[in-house]
Amino acid sequence: MLTLYNKQLSSRLLLGTAQYPSPSILLDAIKASGTQIVTVSLRRETAGGRSGDGFWSIIRSLDVHVLPNTAGCHTAKEAVLTAQMARDLFATDWIKLEVIGNHDTLQPDVFALVEAARVLSDEGFKVFPYTTDDLIVAERLLDAGCEVLMPWCAPIGSAQGPLNTHALRSLRGHFPDVPMIIDAGLGRPSHAATVMELGFEAILLNTAVAKAGDPVAMARAFAMASEAGHAACHAGMLEPRDVAVPSTPVIGRAVFT
Amino acid sequence: MEVLVKGAGVAGLAAAHELAARGLRVTVADPWRGGGRAAASWYAGGMLAPYCERESAEQPVVELGLRAADWWEAALPGCVLRNGTLVLAPVRDAKELDRFASRTTGFERVGEESIATLEPDLGARFRKGLFFATEAHLDPRHVLVSLAAKLAASGVSFETDLSQYDSTRFDWIIECIGRSTPDKAIRGVRGEMLLLRTSDVSLSRPVRLIHPRFPVYIVPRGDHTFMVGATMIESDATGPITARSMMELLNAAYGLHPAFGEAEIIETGTGVRPAYPDNLPRVVREGRTIAINGLYRHGFLLAPAMAQQAADMILDERNRTP
Repeated sequence: MLTLYNKQLSSRLLLGTAQYPSPSILLDAIKASGTQIVTVSLRRETAGGRSGDGFWSIIRSLDVHVLPNTAGCHTAKEAVLTAQMARDLFATDWIKLEVIGNHDTLQPDVFALVEAARVLSDEGFKVFPYTTDDLIVAERLLDAGCEVLMPWCAPIGSAQGPLNTHALRSLRGHFPDVPMIIDAGLGRPSHAATVMELGFEAILLNTAVAKAGDPVAMARAFAMASEAGHAACHAGMLEPRDVAVPSTPVIGRAVFT
Repeated sequence: MEVLVKGAGVAGLAAAHELAARGLRVTVADPWRGGGRAAASWYAGGMLAPYCERESAEQPVVELGLRAADWWEAALPGCVLRNGTLVLAPVRDAKELDRFASRTTGFERVGEESIATLEPDLGARFRKGLFFATEAHLDPRHVLVSLAAKLAASGVSFETDLSQYDSTRFDWIIECIGRSTPDKAIRGVRGEMLLLRTSDVSLSRPVRLIHPRFPVYIVPRGDHTFMVGATMIESDATGPITARSMMELLNAAYGLHPAFGEAEIIETGTGVRPAYPDNLPRVVREGRTIAINGLYRHGFLLAPAMAQQAADMILDERNRTP
């Protein structure tokens, strides 16, 4: 079981809800993935919608936890304000904290991230910070009150898969007891399996599923891959060897030539 | 046989035209006579681009939309421009063009030279594109207003106030009221757009600029005017365009051609598209009422097919009744 802020979950996949061809396909993808947590981004317009937001009521019809995010925020102040609005709108103290530092790479502004994480933790939020793979930033986020970390493995939506496995291994090794979710950069199921084999607890996906030719089938594929990687991590994987080792003993075999 | 069409947006006017053309007596009811700012279609791009739409829409959109250009041309001769659609990506996002190509059909790949032949102002700026030669576009506001006028001239009556109106005298009611419907399955998807005016750039056809985060299109409207659209936000809010959306749209226009930086912004607009959960339209009959709704971002593309389906329902029933 995966435990995030005292909540027990059996699924190891979190799914973003943006960019799907339609809400129907999104719903089918959520079901196919078996996810128990979906992320929802809050736009000001959503909060301003008066007549009951249609999209939001579709999400609410599902039996999943909602993790609102602060996507698109560029300063700590903006992210804190968005988090507060999200708490009212979605009735949860969970918040996926994103503070973007660069418009092109969408990489987190880690300084503003730590600042916002501290403010929000002090206000009682359960913060899921979207961060880089930097060890020291991770340490500061934990100091700020975060109990879960969400490092990227490549830029958001880039589908490049783990770019720096050394950094990811190091992060995993330094904080063995902190639940870590790989957020951003996964493109294909093999990427998911790879990071799960490294010992990460879960993955968060959006673009790789939403923009797939068949989002529903891809959601299922990612769910299987993350399960496979997780199981393998705990099953003790064979390390690579330089010599071939026959899997069937050859000594004592009858020789006919 | 008397039919009342509620709503004079693109769905309502298309239905009114189809029914009148098939010999039924039609009354259209809408606070705005024809088109008008309450309708999402007033803010539409007016692209008749079934192949391009397949990039994010499902196959029925292509099938239902293929004959739209012919239908509009027959309804209002001269209103359809068949110059195709040009899809471009900045060099940095060339991979996005491959992605778009892998999900669509009906195009040819074009290089710098062909782009320059099609759109001389863009030739040196883009190296790769997709050209959907058989697609078309129209000017939504011109079409809404002209079609309403043509219908009125041919005997369709228009009512602006229904409060004292006896709707029981009609044999059928066609409800085309978009987001105002009580149907709970319909949600609103907000779209924001701009109208720019500049004589420094000329375009002959809609141009879609692919961007992984902010895909936009620019549709030439004639008279040096260009429509830039459109955002897609899951919300019912009808308030004015936000600064962020405006920046995204303007950035894209500027990316297409820097001369748009000097253009005048002559209008900003916000519409709320009605959509069902699968983003596909429906014609739903209940008793003597037929509702056409959920045209989403495909109003002008799909309204003709929906109008034909509604008309078929009524006429099939009449033919069955002795």
